[in-house]
Amino acid sequence: MSHITPIAFAIITALTLVSAIAAMSLRHLVHCALCLAVTLAGIAALYLQLGAAFVGWAQILVYIGAVAILIVFAILLTRSSEAEPRPILSPYWGVGIAIAVLVFGVLAKAIFSSSLAGRLPPEKADPTVREIGNQLMTGYVLPLEVIGLLLTAAAIGAVIIAMKDSTSGRLASPPIVPEPAQKNARPETPPAH
Amino acid sequence: MIGNIFTGLIVMIWRVLTDQPNPKGDLLAALPEAMRPFVSVVLSISPIMMIFPGLFAATTWIERKGLGRIQNRMGPNRVGPYGWFQPVADGLKMLTKEDIVPRTADKLVHFLAPVILLVPTLLAYAVLPYGANLVPINLDAGILFFFAVGASTELSVFMAGWSSRNKYSLLGAMRAIAQMISYEIPLIISSVTVIMITGSLSLVDIVDRQAGYAFGFIPHWHVFKPWGLAGFVIFLIASLAESNRSPFDIPEAESELIAGHLTEYSGFKYALFFLSEYLGMFAMCGLAATLFLGGWRAPLPILEWVPSYVWFMGKLIALVLVFIWVRGTVPRLRVDQLLNFAWKFMLPLALLNLLVAAVWHYTAVWNFPTALIWRWLLCALLIGVPYVCLGRGLTGTKKLTRRVYRFAE
Repeated sequence: MSHITPIAFAIITALTLVSAIAAMSLRHLVHCALCLAVTLAGIAALYLQLGAAFVGWAQILVYIGAVAILIVFAILLTRSSEAEPRPILSPYWGVGIAIAVLVFGVLAKAIFSSSLAGRLPPEKADPTVREIGNQLMTGYVLPLEVIGLLLTAAAIGAVIIAMKDSTSGRLASPPIVPEPAQKNARPETPPAH
Repeated sequence: MIGNIFTGLIVMIWRVLTDQPNPKGDLLAALPEAMRPFVSVVLSISPIMMIFPGLFAATTWIERKGLGRIQNRMGPNRVGPYGWFQPVADGLKMLTKEDIVPRTADKLVHFLAPVILLVPTLLAYAVLPYGANLVPINLDAGILFFFAVGASTELSVFMAGWSSRNKYSLLGAMRAIAQMISYEIPLIISSVTVIMITGSLSLVDIVDRQAGYAFGFIPHWHVFKPWGLAGFVIFLIASLAESNRSPFDIPEAESELIAGHLTEYSGFKYALFFLSEYLGMFAMCGLAATLFLGGWRAPLPILEWVPSYVWFMGKLIALVLVFIWVRGTVPRLRVDQLLNFAWKFMLPLALLNLLVAAVWHYTAVWNFPTALIWRWLLCALLIGVPYVCLGRGLTGTKKLTRRVYRFAE
């Protein structure tokens, strides 16, 4: 079915780009978050089209199943659900574009000056899940462990921030962390007189 | 050519019914080259689209009858003999009802929510092996696909709750999402044990690894291993919660949150929600049967002449009946109990079960005569002692006594 691949690519790319533009320009934050979810799905579809099945499904599982939900929860907990009457373009749009170009330049320079730029694409372009697992557990075990440590530290930090909710009021803590949900759900027993 | 297609169709039906390999082969060979992929896809999809919504209609009747029996009443008995045509009447009612959209609702999101719920639910059926030769797609990462498409249902629940502009809808949606995310973790971890042991994410490989019989009559299903038994129970409880079934039906909670995120839905959109909830439950039962109950494999060697799809559907329907039974017998949990249960009880046990699976895997080299008994004992201790301790610890100092009803008894 190779003759439909360019058409599929065009559809996916158009969907991703349009939803990304919508995510930046819509007036209502929840709409922006939902458009962002479509963008993430489009990127997952691009991964799948490149033959990276594991990355594609993991992208859907993590970004649409968890991150998009986290974003809408954060919006609901921190803002009112009404659209704000402010212009779509920030008055500092010139500065914003300048910073974006600068960051892009730095990243591009870093990538092209690193050893990655000269590396040829691998011969076998269809990695199985088993191969990814073996690579993660042998060649790339140190980066994996470091990321695991970082995420654990972030989770502990989120719990510690959320634990102070009796003094600093309601915080926009991630709702998937168990502790705050339980704290909020069950009122504390009043202290004995 | 028409004759060839007709013969191919007959051969296909015969091969499906008699469980032979490559049922679509003759029919596809009779078609022009360009049409084959599309026809093949349609032939795979259409039985799924016919059988499972049909099963949904049958299940609504069985569920209402079963609940009626459990609650000592008759259940539906007006439409047709024994109320058999009740699903038809329900469907007609849903179709002809007025579709009410609240004036302040976000019209587009309100419309999209049931669609976005139904599509991933149907996609999940693509990877289940329904029989020895009935696999729509054998994906390298089948389980991952199943959970990935399931993950987007949470977003549609949020869309439904938020777009209705109703505080009950929003509260219900938030509670539903909290529940679904919480129970997704034990659900996935309990199926990771299966992946660890079989070393594959493909559901076809997982069924293949459950072939054969120990002592000639105990099948090598994962549920007959200590880690598999514990994993199966955890999976079943978590899938009850994932499909919003009683005792975890807080999201609907018609008496507290007036049906949560479904409050502002009526008519056909409500029917779509209802349909995708049941389809999600069937897919979950199918996955449970595939992971732990041997998929389409027969329970006894002498029963292997029965076609494989009969075993798969039988196991799936048996699990659905268990779900109905649980709904009729267990009262609904409060929302804090529900989240506590997920994070403090299910999650530690699911993580421990990973350890049990590893112990079972590495003690397989033991070859003294009573090794099997010792392995079982070790694994049972590893999961049983924390189970008792966690249960006791979480109950705490609360004294559980029999509830006394003043007026009801």
